[in-house]
Amino acid sequence: MNEAIMIAGMALVTFSVRYVMFAMAGRIVFPVWFKHALAYVPPVVLSAIIAPLILMPKGYLDISLANPYFWAALVAAIVGFWRQHLLTTIIVGMIAFILLKWITS
Amino acid sequence: MLSIMVPLYFTLIAFMPTSRSKEFITGAKATIPMIIGAIPFGIIFGTLAESSGLSMWGAMAMSLFVYAGSSQFIALGLLATGVSPIIIIGTTFVVNLRHLLYATALVDKVKHLSQGWRFLLAFGLTDESFAVVNTRYSDGTDNSRAHWFFLGSIIAMYSNWQLCTWLGIGLGELFPDMTHWGLDFAMSVTFLGIVIPYLRTKPMWLAVISAAIFAMALRELPHQLGLVIAAVFGICIGYASQQIGLRLKPPTPPSPSNKGAAHNE
Repeated sequence: MNEAIMIAGMALVTFSVRYVMFAMAGRIVFPVWFKHALAYVPPVVLSAIIAPLILMPKGYLDISLANPYFWAALVAAIVGFWRQHLLTTIIVGMIAFILLKWITS
Repeated sequence: MLSIMVPLYFTLIAFMPTSRSKEFITGAKATIPMIIGAIPFGIIFGTLAESSGLSMWGAMAMSLFVYAGSSQFIALGLLATGVSPIIIIGTTFVVNLRHLLYATALVDKVKHLSQGWRFLLAFGLTDESFAVVNTRYSDGTDNSRAHWFFLGSIIAMYSNWQLCTWLGIGLGELFPDMTHWGLDFAMSVTFLGIVIPYLRTKPMWLAVISAAIFAMALRELPHQLGLVIAAVFGICIGYASQQIGLRLKPPTPPSPSNKGAAHNE
């Protein structure tokens, strides 16, 4: 029962956040500066999500060889800048991660 | 589940005029890299559910109705520590506030669509589909049918997420130690891959680096508030440095016509 309420609530808040702007589309006009600032949203949000996951997987800053998250991300980033191809970046990153985890364990 | 989804795809596509189905398929195809990244991520969500105290049906319902990868994970983490549903709902709200920013970025592109379309597209507005669709809308080609591209991306991403959750629930029972394999790295590397093409200007670098530093410094804040604060800081720093950069540019030399006018005076 608690579980159903929790999921319904999560679904409601998630959908509301995604829908409110679309619902009002055409009735709101944004200033130019706001549109310029919006261009920063996706990369900024995503890097704020992943930075702690990659650099501090155990809760503290860790760039030692024992942190496969950091080194695999570094390999993926190098490949990403070099090839500019998303799928290659993801696959190389995952392979690097599995290998590093296997070596360090 | 697969046996329901595959015919569903083909029926959907069969009823569309070619230009629409072309957009729909292109949208689905453009989402493939995101899907590859989401597969391990979805599976690990399914496997983690039971050990976090969420029932099998709860896990499936969460993927079906909430459909927000990172907040589903955070919810599992909070459930495992035994916090109340209200806190979990509040945290979901804060973590998903970024979708408000995504929706704002796309709002001009959907204003000609019916509320039904907007409802559907809003439901599927994930990080991954946003990245794909935002690129589509800014590629300079005709956007009059791009909402079909958007829908194609959503349906591909959504059905994959359901399939992977369902697979994960099954695999979790077979391999209980799977949660320690580190499959969560798939999400990190997907997001990293999305960020890289944006890093072309100095203000963008500044914005991304400062957001990352703030996110790490503020990660102890409750309910993932640090994430939101870090994002707002990053955006402000990026925008401010862009404005400063514009002002620091050398003033444009006066044009010949102006010179002539000045001379005549």
